[in-house]
Amino acid sequence: MNKLALHIGCHGDQGFTLQLDCELPGSGITAVYGPSGSGKSTLLDCIAGLREAAPGSIVRLGSHTWQDAGIAVPTWKRQIGYVFQDARLFPHLNVQQNLQYALTRRHQESKLHLSQVVNWLELDELLTSATDTLSAGQKQRVAIGRALVSSPHLLLLDEPLANLDHTSRQNCMRCLQRVSQDLQLPMLYVSHDIEEVSQLADYLLLLDGGRLVEQGSMFALSGRLDTRLAQEEQAAAILVARVARHDTQYGLTELDVEGHTLFVNHLAHAPGESRRIRIPARDVSVCRQRPRDSSILNILPVVLDEVEDTDNARLLLRLSLGSQYLLARITRRSAVELGLQVGDQLYAQIKSAALLTEASDSL
Amino acid sequence: MSLNNAELDAVYLTLALASITTVLLLILGTPLAWWLSRRRGNLSAALEAVVAMPLILPPTVLGFYLLLLFAPNSALGQFWQQLTGSQLAFSFSALVIGSVLYSLPFVVQPLQSAFQRMPQGLLQAAATLGASPLDQFRSIVLPLTRRSFITAASLGFAHTVGEFGVVLMIGGNIPGETQVLSIAMYDAVESLRFVEAHRMAGALVLFSLALLFVLYRSDGYSWRVRA
Repeated sequence: MNKLALHIGCHGDQGFTLQLDCELPGSGITAVYGPSGSGKSTLLDCIAGLREAAPGSIVRLGSHTWQDAGIAVPTWKRQIGYVFQDARLFPHLNVQQNLQYALTRRHQESKLHLSQVVNWLELDELLTSATDTLSAGQKQRVAIGRALVSSPHLLLLDEPLANLDHTSRQNCMRCLQRVSQDLQLPMLYVSHDIEEVSQLADYLLLLDGGRLVEQGSMFALSGRLDTRLAQEEQAAAILVARVARHDTQYGLTELDVEGHTLFVNHLAHAPGESRRIRIPARDVSVCRQRPRDSSILNILPVVLDEVEDTDNARLLLRLSLGSQYLLARITRRSAVELGLQVGDQLYAQIKSAALLTEASDSL
Repeated sequence: MSLNNAELDAVYLTLALASITTVLLLILGTPLAWWLSRRRGNLSAALEAVVAMPLILPPTVLGFYLLLLFAPNSALGQFWQQLTGSQLAFSFSALVIGSVLYSLPFVVQPLQSAFQRMPQGLLQAAATLGASPLDQFRSIVLPLTRRSFITAASLGFAHTVGEFGVVLMIGGNIPGETQVLSIAMYDAVESLRFVEAHRMAGALVLFSLALLFVLYRSDGYSWRVRA
């Protein structure tokens, strides 16, 4: 099994140090998440060889060793794609020529055709455009395309969607997911936007102050209460749901989660498709009895699985729903009044609005 | 009004000197400018000062030291004598060496500032796409700094054409070998041949004006990054 082995020390600006030792999956999308200044971009620069890592550092993916004792492959020989936040298209070349630039310099024989990339990223109408006439979203799509055309062994993305509007963001994310599956191309995706991360990532690397705080699969981490993620205000559970049917009369879509029905705003996905949904903990509340005559549509039977103190006033609950989990943030006072115990049968109420956020109409 | 044979010789010599000097300056000045644009330190500051010196130094001072350096009894003069069989002082080769040093800042400075304005990010992007450093220079830096190369070459050429003091010191005044236009014109004035002097002075004025006009019109000084 190909693993991405990282053992990196790097002294950055103003006394900042990145110190990281981990092994990541050699496939799928790994999100590198953390507050700004946590060392996310420094990490990518070290992997790409744009920044010199301290002696003794190791960067290796399967049989490709890019850095090790006595080895420091220069960036241009690494065959690691990099999509920068500011696109960095070559201003003297048009879109087609930018793609061509990568094509003529790629090392390995690749089955990937330029036309395929153009197709994926919907670039056909942009090909003859000068790069300075493109919108931010278009530039970023070209930059992603250019990196793909170079046929890298690993693709690094540094907040590539940060400057995009909602629609372009969704398009780009869809595209990245398709690419990651079709090409079997491992990606490291830097972001400080947890919604983006929950939608895209299979695996999560949590950084803070240049140190590794947490790592694990997205689903495993989102169901844990003792992580840094759970302590954040926007803590949320991530569930996999199947599109069951569309309710055209009310403009809703019915999702199936572990045999239960969840209503969300109408989705443009065919019944049968699997989707990832993100349900913020603050939008979930619990009751002992199934509420009657409630305006809340989504009420699911759950079992209280674990309780975590987050602060003095509030608790974070983990509620199991079949093999998946919901998170709920409630006040300590409510918990005492309801006499909550682990193992209790409860009903989770999910504000429909919670499912209408970005996470629900994407992927 | 046409130039006589001696004057044509001077014109030819001047153009040959300026052309050879410009080519040499681009070959030597480009890597030097690139190096200076990448470094910050005492060594690069010292080198920058040396490069800029001809801007403020009287040409005769530079010429004086070069004359000593090129003398037949100097180390360089002897080495040259053994290598080529002819003496270096008062030769065309000496003029070329002098001109290269004298016009160096006019080529290095525009290139250096163009390289400094060059966004690093573009080179990094090119590297991740598999472009070697030389390839990056050829495919990214050169096209983006083309105007500065034109500026540098034009200034280097024009400044060599306008050279006087250094040539006078190290070249003497040998027609067909070292007598360039500016010297020939000076010579004409000295011997009170004012008609000739007028022709040559007028030609130099027109040439300089035309070159600078073309240069300024081509917007060569305002290279901007189109990000």
